[in-house]
Amino acid sequence: MNTSLILLILAIIGMAAYVAGARHAMALVGGISSKLHSRPGYYGSFVAVWAILPAVVILFVWLVASPMYISSSVRGAFPEEVKTQSQAEQGLSYGMITSIARGMNALTGDEIARIENNPVELRTALGAKGVALAGDPQPFMVKAAAELNRMTFVSRILMTIVVLGASIGGALFAYRQIAPRFRARNRVEKVVLGSLVVASSIAILTTVGIVASMLTEAAHFFTAIPAWEFFFGTVWDPRFAAAGSGGSEGQFGLIPLLLGTLYIGFVAMLFAVPIGLFSAIYMSEYASPKVRAVAKPLLEVLAGIPTIVYGFFALTTVGPFLRDISSQLNGLVTGDYANFIQAQSVLTAGFVMGIMLIPYVSSLSDDIITAVPRALRDGSLGLGATRSETIKKVVLPAALPGIVGALLMTASRAVGETMIVVLAAGVAARLQINPFEPMTTVTVKIVNQLTGDLEFTSPQTLVAFALGITLFAITLCLNIYALYIVRKYREQYE
Amino acid sequence: MNMMSESAVEKALDQKMSDASHKMIGKDVSVYYGEKRALFDVNLNVRENTVTALIGPSGCGKSTFLRCLNRMNDTIENCRVTGKITLDADDIYDQAIDVVELRARVGMVFQKPNPFPKTIYENISYGPRIHGLSKNKADMDQIVEASLQRAGLWGEVKDRLHESGTGLSGGQQQRLCIARAIAVSPEVILMDEPCSALDPIATAKVEELIHELRANYTIVIVTHSMQQAARVSQRTAMFHLGQLVEENDTDKMFTNPDDQRTQDYIMGRFG
Repeated sequence: MNTSLILLILAIIGMAAYVAGARHAMALVGGISSKLHSRPGYYGSFVAVWAILPAVVILFVWLVASPMYISSSVRGAFPEEVKTQSQAEQGLSYGMITSIARGMNALTGDEIARIENNPVELRTALGAKGVALAGDPQPFMVKAAAELNRMTFVSRILMTIVVLGASIGGALFAYRQIAPRFRARNRVEKVVLGSLVVASSIAILTTVGIVASMLTEAAHFFTAIPAWEFFFGTVWDPRFAAAGSGGSEGQFGLIPLLLGTLYIGFVAMLFAVPIGLFSAIYMSEYASPKVRAVAKPLLEVLAGIPTIVYGFFALTTVGPFLRDISSQLNGLVTGDYANFIQAQSVLTAGFVMGIMLIPYVSSLSDDIITAVPRALRDGSLGLGATRSETIKKVVLPAALPGIVGALLMTASRAVGETMIVVLAAGVAARLQINPFEPMTTVTVKIVNQLTGDLEFTSPQTLVAFALGITLFAITLCLNIYALYIVRKYREQYE
Repeated sequence: MNMMSESAVEKALDQKMSDASHKMIGKDVSVYYGEKRALFDVNLNVRENTVTALIGPSGCGKSTFLRCLNRMNDTIENCRVTGKITLDADDIYDQAIDVVELRARVGMVFQKPNPFPKTIYENISYGPRIHGLSKNKADMDQIVEASLQRAGLWGEVKDRLHESGTGLSGGQQQRLCIARAIAVSPEVILMDEPCSALDPIATAKVEELIHELRANYTIVIVTHSMQQAARVSQRTAMFHLGQLVEENDTDKMFTNPDDQRTQDYIMGRFG
C-alpha cells in the first residue's frame, strides 16, 4: 500500500475517531453538555489526535529508517571483492542494484527466471522496459536486487499493518479514557502548544542549518586560500575554474568588493535618508488624515516593486540619462562632449537603490515618530511651542534612537541588495573613489561566481560561500544592533 | 508676605478675589467634534488670582472647556469652537492672536505627568528658550531655579539637575511639569486632572503647591475628586452633559448648591 493511500486512510480514521469521541462524550452525560469538563468537540479532537499523531510519527520514522536498514543489509551481502572497493564505487554498485530492482518489478516471472541464469541479457531486457543501466550488471547484483525487492515488499506490508494498528489502537486507547470529568480540553491544547513549538523550532533550525552549511563550505574555501589573503587582499581576480585543472590560482581579495558594497550603500542612504525622513515627518505630523490615507499606501507600493524592476529601470533609464546629461554638461563647460559619468556607475546604482530604500526609511520612521506619546507633543504645544519647534526639539530627539535603529536596518538591506547592483553597478572589482565609475559589490560577485557550469570543489566557486558568510555576518550585526537600539528606545515609554 | 500669618494671607487673597476682575471670560462657548456637539453655550468667567475648579461626571465637557482656554483643541482634528473667550480684553480666537503667544500666557499641566525625555534642567529651560526669555546662561539658571523653587521641587532635585526628568517619581514629575509651565511666566495655569495619576502623598504636595501658586497665578483645575475641588478651589463650576449647571463659591457649592443636579452629584447620587 503506498504512502498517500495510508495517509488518506489515517485521515478517515481520524474523522471517524472525532465523531465517535464527541458522541461518546455526549452519551456519557445523557446529552447534557454542561456536565462535561470540556466541550464535546474537545473529546472528539482528543481521540482524533491519538488516532493520527502516533501513527503519522511511526509512518515517517519508518519511511526514513527502512531504506537505511535495507541499504545496509544489501551492502553487507556484497561479495568480498566489491567490499574492498572505495565507498564511491560501492555507492555506484548499489545505485545500479536499485535500478535493476526497479526494472525487475516491471518484468514477468518467466523473464526473471531467464535473466537469473544469464545476467548479460538483463540490460537489453530492462532497456526494453524503459530502465536504462549505466553498465553491464554483474551476477551478484541480480540476486541482491531480488533481495532488495523482497525486503522492500516485506517492509511495506509491515509498515501498513503497524501504522494502521497504531492508529486504531491509539483511537481505542483515547476513546476508553473519555469520562465526564476527563480534561480533554487541556490535553488538546497541549498538543496545539506542542505543534506551535515545533513550527517555530523548524524556522530556527532552518536558519541554523543555512549558516552551518555556509560555514562548512566556507571552511573548505579557507583550506585552499588563507583567510588573511581573503579578508585583507586588495585584488579580486579569481580567474576561471577550468574543470579538472585544479591548479589555476586566482586572487580573492575581499576589500574591493566590501568597499564597493559600502560605497554604493552609502550613496543609496544619502538619497534615501533625507527624503524618507522628511516624508515620514510630513506623514506623521502634518498630513491630514485624507492625504495620509492616500499617500502612505502609495509610498508603500514602492516597497512592493521587485528589485529586478528597479534594476532594469537603472539599466535602461537612469544610467543612460546620467551618462547623456554628463556629456552635455561637459560639452557646455569645456566644449568636449565626452561623458564623465559611466552608464553603470556607483552613482546610478546608489541612486536607484536609494529610491528603493525610501519607503523603508519613511515607513519605519513614520511608525517610530507616531509612537512618540501624544502627551509629549501636548506638553510642548501647551508651553507655546510651534509645531515645528515641537518636532525639532521634542519629537525627533525622543524618536532618535528608534530612527537610528530603523536606518541601520535599512543599511543592512542596502548591503544585502543584489539585483539593482548586478544590473547597475557593473562587475569590475576596482578599488577607487570616483562615484561616476563602476564598482562592484559582494552580492554581484556571488552571483557571478555561481552562474554557469559549476564545480563545487574549486576555490572559484567556494569563494561565494565565504562572501556569503561575510555578508551574513555584516547584516546580522547591523540588525542585532538595530534591534537592540529599538528595544531600548521602546522601554523608555513603557 | 512672610511677615503675615497664614490666615492673614488667606484673608488678603480672599479680599483680592472678591473684588477680582475677571481674568478670562467665556461667552456662549460651544464645541463640536465633527458632527457631535460637546459643549452647549457655556458662559463661565474665570476670576484673577483664584482657583476655579471644574467638576462633573466623565464626558461632561469640563476638559473640553479647559482646553478651549488655551486653544489646545486646535490640535484635534475636526474640532470646532464657537462663541467668544477673552483673556483680559483680547479675544483669544481672534485672527490677530497668535496661538503660540496665547499658550505662553495660558500654560497647561496635563493629566499624566509628561516630562520630556531630557534632563530636569532642559525640561524647565525648554519654554523660556523657545520664547527667548533669557539673555544668557546665568539668566537661564536663575529662571530654572526660581521655577523649581516655586514648584517646591528645588530642594529635591538641585543636585541632579542634569539627570533625566523621566527618572523622577510620579509626583515629582508632575511638579516638574508645573515648574515647566511656570518657567514661561504665564498669567493663567490650566490643570487637567493633575493628580489623577498620583498617590495620596504626592497629591497632597501638588494641592499644597496649587494653594501657594494662587498668589501669583490664576488657576483653572479640572478634577474628578470632590474633596480636591473643596480643598483647593475658591470657585467651582459644575458641568453636566456639555452644559454648565452651576457656578458658585466653592463653600456654597458644597454646602448649599442652587441646582438639584449639583446636589445629587456632590452627594454621589450619579456620575
